[in-house]
Amino acid sequence: MKNILHIIRKEFLQLRQDRKMFGISFIAPVFQLIILGYAATFDVSDIPMAVCDFDNSPSSRMLIQNFTSTEYFRVAGYFDRTSEVDHQLDDGHASLAVIIPRGFEKKIGAGQPAPLQVIADGTETSTAGIGLSYASIIISRYSQNILLESLVKRGSVTLPARVSAEFRVWYNPELKSRNFMVPGVLGLLLMVMTMLLTSLAIVKEKELGTLEQLVVTPIKPYQLIIGKLAPFFLIGVVDVILVVFFASWIFNLPVKGGELLLLFLSLIFLMTTLGLGLFISTISRTQQQAMMTAIFFFMLPMMFFSGFVFPIENMPVIIQYVSYLIPLRYYFVIVRGLFLKGVGLDILWQQAVALLLFGGLILSMSVMRFQKKLG
Amino acid sequence: MKLRFVHPGSSAAKAPVDHEFAVVVDGLTKNFGKFVAVDHVSFRVKRGEVFGFLGPNGAGKSTTIRMLCGLFSPTAGSATVGGFDIATRPDDVKSQIGYMSQRFSLYEDLTVEQNINFYGGIYGLDGLRLEKRKRWAIEMAGLRGKEAMLAHALSGGWRQRLALGCSILHEPPILFLDEPTGGVDPVSRRNFWDLIYDLSHTGVTVFVTTHYMDEAEHCNTIGLIYNGKLISIGSPTELKHGLDRYAIYEVQSSSPVDAMEFLRRQSWVAETSIFGSAFHVSILNDPHSKKKIQQLLTKEGVRVDRIEQIIPSLEDVFINRIAEEDAQRNGTIH
Repeated sequence: MKNILHIIRKEFLQLRQDRKMFGISFIAPVFQLIILGYAATFDVSDIPMAVCDFDNSPSSRMLIQNFTSTEYFRVAGYFDRTSEVDHQLDDGHASLAVIIPRGFEKKIGAGQPAPLQVIADGTETSTAGIGLSYASIIISRYSQNILLESLVKRGSVTLPARVSAEFRVWYNPELKSRNFMVPGVLGLLLMVMTMLLTSLAIVKEKELGTLEQLVVTPIKPYQLIIGKLAPFFLIGVVDVILVVFFASWIFNLPVKGGELLLLFLSLIFLMTTLGLGLFISTISRTQQQAMMTAIFFFMLPMMFFSGFVFPIENMPVIIQYVSYLIPLRYYFVIVRGLFLKGVGLDILWQQAVALLLFGGLILSMSVMRFQKKLG
Repeated sequence: MKLRFVHPGSSAAKAPVDHEFAVVVDGLTKNFGKFVAVDHVSFRVKRGEVFGFLGPNGAGKSTTIRMLCGLFSPTAGSATVGGFDIATRPDDVKSQIGYMSQRFSLYEDLTVEQNINFYGGIYGLDGLRLEKRKRWAIEMAGLRGKEAMLAHALSGGWRQRLALGCSILHEPPILFLDEPTGGVDPVSRRNFWDLIYDLSHTGVTVFVTTHYMDEAEHCNTIGLIYNGKLISIGSPTELKHGLDRYAIYEVQSSSPVDAMEFLRRQSWVAETSIFGSAFHVSILNDPHSKKKIQQLLTKEGVRVDRIEQIIPSLEDVFINRIAEEDAQRNGTIH
């Protein structure tokens, strides 16, 4: 036990000596939380729209007003020639263009189909997709109104029946992507901080030859492992507390499911990241190798396949199966469940068990590999 | 963790039998894949002696020492350190030894004192004993007043002595030093060897690898290792006398390079090597050697200023043994 404490104390002395690293461990989480909370948003609003209204009639102006009265679109400019619209899209001044041909109002009046053109800049796929769907809603609503008006004008006594849906979004009523991102940041942070730092701290001793020096002392491998992992475990715990505090203070996102449950489940998640960190240290000889391995073979794939960026349901079936091997996937379900839904262990137990299994497996495998390397 | 070291002065508590030999190596072999790094090496190291392992880079010195310290497990053969078998009782071996490698294993981002505290703690020292040993290590390394300096700010000689201090805080009866003086200036090397003598006088067995001939001269016993094989073992004097099949001549001449070239072509010349402005020729013992050298060189038009038979240096021994070994190997191949 004493030996473990000696290692832990040494680890903290080294961490304190390296002031930058110390700062990174505790300031980076808050920094990243704020950056991702404010900047990383999928919400689309104020899409710049180029307008080319050849008809210039009350009907066409009404349609355009329907666009601009929402918060989704703003007019980037009115143009007389389609070539100018092309230009606007080319240099990115506009992401969407609406072109209303001459005779738009006349055709409506005559009860004929009145075509118009909407062009979207497809380089930004999500903005284009969302913009187009907003646009089609606005246009279909507009044409519905025309239909109703004409029925009323004709003196129809009974209006046709309409199906009307009342939409409610639960857990994140305003569909703010910040509410979706901030809990996710916790998962990313814990992974980066504990997995990367652990593997670096161990490989550093390999590089310097101090690991060899420790092996010839009477210290037991398990003491060495616990001593090396414990400080990063503690850093992970502090990071959880920091994120919970700032999420509720800055973003008004309290942990509805209970802070203690979150902390408890985070400890289980930390088992998996520390285990992976130890594993990386057993397959790397230098700190650069450890860094590259951690980033490219573990962190990036985990980030992409865990559902942090892209919904897992949209991935090819094989990748969906692969995602079951990624602990971050389960942790995301846990943090989103706890922060947004406020559910409890009765719902999240499956995730907890998956993490526990994964953590137990990777930790014991890494410990075995590490001991074999030492011996 | 209760500390489990054995003080050199006290009787080796749990160490069974051997009071005469600190290290007994029997047929020790290590393969890395197909490469045989250490090839059936056997020798014994007496308690309290300074045992030098001499050999060129890649000869298998470090691999042997690392097996003895429990860093590698041997492919074949066995060894005991302090009476404990390295294969079956590695933990007991670890309590008996101090180990210091060429790559001074200090934490560079810790201070002198923090390094000592850490290693002392790992070795189970605390309280008064830690204080006492810390003072000793700081004095020994000449680092008084520099306790708060970071290790990476220390110069080579200081770092090396601090590393030595850290590796023997627990007063181990056996000390393994793997090329301890690599990359250290001559004065520091000299000081370091003084420390090794001091330790040896207090009864510590010192097992040291080196490729410096002058360092090898300081050892009580030397093992010559080459291509993984132990090719000679004995005290420096014994090794030099063991060369009595050969006579070594030092020759001073007008053009040593040409002279060596002419001599090397003769069947009766075993080896030539340059030594400062002169060169050494070793010749299978023959009372007329001196005359033969003189005649040959004069015939080839090389002016000879001086020829005298000398007592072989360790370097002569080393070079001859290696030449013999190579000749034997090539002989078996052809």
